[in-house]
Amino acid sequence: MAGAGGGGCPAGGNDLQWCFSQVKGAVDEDVAEADIISTVEFNYSGDLLATGDKGGRVVIFQREQENKSRPHSRGEYNVYSTFQSHEPEFDYLKSLEIEEKINKIRWLPQQNAAHFLLSTNDKTIKLWKISERDKRAEGYNLKDEDGRLRDPFRITALRVPILKPMDLMVEASPRRIFANAHTYHINSISVNSDHETYLSADDLRINLWHLEITDRSFNIVDIKPANMEELTEVITAAELHPLQCNVFVYSSSKGTVRLCDMRASALCDRHAKFFEEPEDPSSRSFFSEIISSISDVKFSHSGRYMMTRDYLSVKVWDLNMESRPVETHQVHEYLRGKLCSLYENDCVFDKFECCWNGPDSAIMTGSYNNFFRMFDRNTRRDVTLEASRESSRPRASLKPRRVCPGGRRKKDEISVDSLDFNKKILHTAWHPADNVIAVAATNNLYIFQDKVN
Amino acid sequence: MEGTMFARGLKRKCWDGDEDVEGAPAAPSYSLQRQSLLDMSLVKLQLCHTLVEPNLCRSVLIANTVRQIQEEMTQDGAWQLPAPPVAGRGPLDHLVSTEILCRAAWEQQGQRPAPDLPSELPGALGAPAPGSAQSCIWEADSSRGHRGSFPKSLDQIFETLESRAPSPVEGLFADAGGPYYDLDAVLTGMVGGKSGPGGGDGLQALAPAGAPPPSASCKRDLGELDHVVEILVET
Repeated sequence: MAGAGGGGCPAGGNDLQWCFSQVKGAVDEDVAEADIISTVEFNYSGDLLATGDKGGRVVIFQREQENKSRPHSRGEYNVYSTFQSHEPEFDYLKSLEIEEKINKIRWLPQQNAAHFLLSTNDKTIKLWKISERDKRAEGYNLKDEDGRLRDPFRITALRVPILKPMDLMVEASPRRIFANAHTYHINSISVNSDHETYLSADDLRINLWHLEITDRSFNIVDIKPANMEELTEVITAAELHPLQCNVFVYSSSKGTVRLCDMRASALCDRHAKFFEEPEDPSSRSFFSEIISSISDVKFSHSGRYMMTRDYLSVKVWDLNMESRPVETHQVHEYLRGKLCSLYENDCVFDKFECCWNGPDSAIMTGSYNNFFRMFDRNTRRDVTLEASRESSRPRASLKPRRVCPGGRRKKDEISVDSLDFNKKILHTAWHPADNVIAVAATNNLYIFQDKVN
Repeated sequence: MEGTMFARGLKRKCWDGDEDVEGAPAAPSYSLQRQSLLDMSLVKLQLCHTLVEPNLCRSVLIANTVRQIQEEMTQDGAWQLPAPPVAGRGPLDHLVSTEILCRAAWEQQGQRPAPDLPSELPGALGAPAPGSAQSCIWEADSSRGHRGSFPKSLDQIFETLESRAPSPVEGLFADAGGPYYDLDAVLTGMVGGKSGPGGGDGLQALAPAGAPPPSASCKRDLGELDHVVEILVET
């Protein structure tokens, strides 16, 4: 696989030196709930970076063109557009609020000058068009410059309106609203490689949509039992294959992944492949099922592998082998002895995401104390880094962190009991081609990149 | 970065790892740990009823944990009611107190009960799911009226947890100054002692006399029970 970035930098997480680039968001200790970032996503080119927050807003950052005077310095990301995607709603039938929190954003591949993305909260998916306007027409015949209509009888001559430049304006407009198709909370959306359809998954069902059609969708997976009292398993994530438009996977709260082929039948209740790692009987406890619950599943860019994230580890699976993963990477094994406390304070239900780098040679996922972890699949090395304002000088190198599992704490190590479990990194994203990463730490967005020569 | 797992700086409530908990020279018995995990789980399920629809995945995982604990307790005979014949159904208190007796006996042994004790309630617990309680969780608008084939003692747990608003858990403990009880006092029928809750399951609203005095190992376990009570009272 080709290396990413320029200048001969090897791809991967560890041969690189990661440096601070930017941080976005308020500095206050007092975090407004609405500002908590709930999703981060680069677009296909990596020039745009979108974040969604609990307040239902979407903020899109655009990468500046590389500065010709500093050819090796990568462009910064600056705010491109901000808009309110979802508003809080009230379900009168159930007397429950519907949160406006943006659960996921997925970009569509760019087909013209405008950019399109899908954003979803618990119940409704919206297709947004983000377009630029940098010209306006002047010299209309039927209306004045300030918009008032001219009296047609007073028009004695015709003129052709001319286009004049104006300050760039970025507009976001909702083009489609896909509503009323999910009884349960939507956890995933995924755009198909055919660029015409996409899927949305909630706790019990998965629907397939056409981007042009909002008044109906096809239900392709339904695991709701006839008697809800028999419910023991829910869908936790779903994704369409990056290359095969008929294949998708969905993960469950029991630590299993099912791969389905839509050509087999209209309702994909029977999987084509079933991925589950046999449980280690020696480590069985009352928490075994909870920590095996998969919080995220992502195909590799190549489409040959997929990655699953459970509470303590990240696993890479070869799609051709269902019996066990080909790689298992421990994220924070030192938490295994603390599961009871983490169950008590609900941390054990935190849903961490994971992501691949462009060449699929490295993977990244978050942890607590604003730590995040990177694993290089080729060198088998891993590193723990921290997203913190203390190391936020421009181009400052990030120092690897170490957590001391117990016993004697060495210098520069942090003991498990000192970890801040309120500072969780659930959402991370990796630029599709370059070694640039975006890490969401509560209400702050950190951007890191590899050290340029 | 000096955050702690417990925001208010309380001492560790759970018995994770091999760390010594303050004041307790030995780890609590397996039964006690299991029971407090069950209690914690049941409280978590009850607290799901917020303005926003509860997280279904979390509820399912907690309910599965409750089921696993119950199944294991069934195998151990933990749900067994003692032999003493009772003419018809006794009052709530009577059933509760006998269960405490059973549990106190195991705590005295300080060991996990032998798995081959016959259980007198196999059928009820063998049901695929504690039906009525879970139907409350999955469907926010479902009625909480019917109990189904729920074992009597768990029934009582749900009744007591649900029927006392606004703080159902605090209602579990009979009057008296604080949330703590002396197990001695409870078992010997005196309510309103000082330290230590009884039984670990919070049902011992009133306990008639006749219980055997708790042993030293019981007293040690009270330190652990303190933690459990703190959890239950503060939620």
